[in-house]
Amino acid sequence: MSATTEEKFDCRVAFAEELSALARADRRIVAVCNDSVGSSNLVGFAKEFPDRLVNVGIAEQNMVGVAAGLANGGFIPFVSCAGPFLTARALEQIKADVAYSNYHVVLCGQSPGMSYGELGPTHHSIEDFAWLRALDNMTVLAPADPYQTRAALRWAAGTDRPVYMRIGRHKVPAVTPEGHAFVVGEADELRAGNDIAIIAAGTLVSAALQAAELLAGRGVAARVLNMATIAPLDEAAVLRAARETGRIVTAEEAVVHGGLGSAVAEVVVRHRPVPMRMLGVTHFAPTGKTGFLLDHFGLNAEGIVRAAQELMG
Amino acid sequence: MNPLSLWSPLGPDAFAAARAAIPARERPAVLREIARELRVNVVRTIAAAGIGHVGGDFSVADILATLFFGVLRLDPLNPQWPGRDRLILSKGHCAASLYSALAMRGFIPREALGSFAKPLSALNGHPNRRKVPGVEANTGPLGHGFPLGVGCAVAARLAGADWRTFVVTGDGELHEGSNWEAAMAAGHRGLSNLTVVVDRNRLQQGARTEDTNRLEPLADKWRAFGWDVFEIDGHDHAALYDTFTTPPTAKPRCVIARTIKGKGVSFMEDRVEWHHKVPNPEQVEKALAELAA
Repeated sequence: MSATTEEKFDCRVAFAEELSALARADRRIVAVCNDSVGSSNLVGFAKEFPDRLVNVGIAEQNMVGVAAGLANGGFIPFVSCAGPFLTARALEQIKADVAYSNYHVVLCGQSPGMSYGELGPTHHSIEDFAWLRALDNMTVLAPADPYQTRAALRWAAGTDRPVYMRIGRHKVPAVTPEGHAFVVGEADELRAGNDIAIIAAGTLVSAALQAAELLAGRGVAARVLNMATIAPLDEAAVLRAARETGRIVTAEEAVVHGGLGSAVAEVVVRHRPVPMRMLGVTHFAPTGKTGFLLDHFGLNAEGIVRAAQELMG
Repeated sequence: MNPLSLWSPLGPDAFAAARAAIPARERPAVLREIARELRVNVVRTIAAAGIGHVGGDFSVADILATLFFGVLRLDPLNPQWPGRDRLILSKGHCAASLYSALAMRGFIPREALGSFAKPLSALNGHPNRRKVPGVEANTGPLGHGFPLGVGCAVAARLAGADWRTFVVTGDGELHEGSNWEAAMAAGHRGLSNLTVVVDRNRLQQGARTEDTNRLEPLADKWRAFGWDVFEIDGHDHAALYDTFTTPPTAKPRCVIARTIKGKGVSFMEDRVEWHHKVPNPEQVEKALAELAA
């Protein structure tokens, strides 16, 4: 895999393949969904494991409660549901039945961020980082490419605690270089540099790499961290970046209030205050396709370069 | 002294043997005595804590006594025994009655009841499964226990296991829409290993259920969702026992247990203010005297 490849991937394909592979190896793994068999790419799973797909219909509160009950009964449920309905409609179930009860339920938020584009803000899942990272016991993951999606699923199957992860629909290039491992809880440094740090997650990681390339042409050496674990945050990597570069830009396809940028700011403000720019979604999106909306909010390489230049003065 | 409430852990086999040794005709009296003891523990526990929901604790006391001492297969020596029956108290605010039952059944020491709601106690105002053995779910917000119980019942079926799931809900709690999502799913799946007990005391925190948001015709609603429905006196131990142990059909089972909030203490019965009022020392003495009679 290389950051320069032109090929782009829908992470749901990796999700579907990996979940079926995990289910083949472990009979405890079951999928739980809300009529989302097709949109979650669970058609293959349903065919191979018809008894182990629990489709509760369009009822997200029940879906999450049922998943907690399956965990109680000795199974490892992977809940697969469009991110907005999973995290907003069933938030109290996620809080009480999963996080507080500390059940090993893996919540897979499909088509997160603004990947439903012109379907509008009702269908955007941009608050999930803020809501889910506020919950004790909850690991929050935003895999940036198919490799990380597979690695996150394997890790989630083997832990014994609640997990939420985004499963990207908006196509992204592979960003994880050969030889890099995805270690949950650790940032992946994709590019070295000591002039400024760009900390990005999910769909914005490839934009961060492009921005670093553009900045290099202007004599600025930008460090790029792929922060696929939103919570618990890799505080050591954040503080190293603050100490060694003195400036941080964060970029995420999520609301700026409470997401990755806020998490980074919470760390630096306590230990090593440095100037920051936080790029994210600032208001309910207008109508448009995902790419248009990302550009609208400056969530692209040019937006990151602009923010970096403001910080460089 | 009843032969089951030993205040010490008995494994499932030993308990089943003790239970089986009681002649069927004496069973209701034994369960009644256990429920009386449970109510005494609730009064003492709440009085010491200064908080609690005594009205609902008393309406559900006979249901919990019958389940814990007459029906459920449990192992206090191994609370996470995979083959245990699941009891989920969805009306988590009645934690004092659950804790009392768990103490009497040997899951937690009886002395622990004195710590209810005290700083850093494992016995929170609502149950926490991570801190209290025998608790299956961290309930409190209403409408959570039933969906979770559906998941338990699906798990048992997937595993080909014969353990049963019992969910105890309040009646006001049935206003929450999540319950009807769960009812639909369980009816659709024919979860015959699932029993929901509705503690039908007809009072919620602030008023009567029928004056607030009408539940009736409640039995018809459950039948329409594909359930077998039993309407019984929720303070009749023989009826509770017989209903819980009736062989399953192809449907999930709803037991609408007609109860009286505050049951067992005259000045609390059917009084809305005793939802979460705490008795003063004089009222505690009076309540204990009535329960002793």
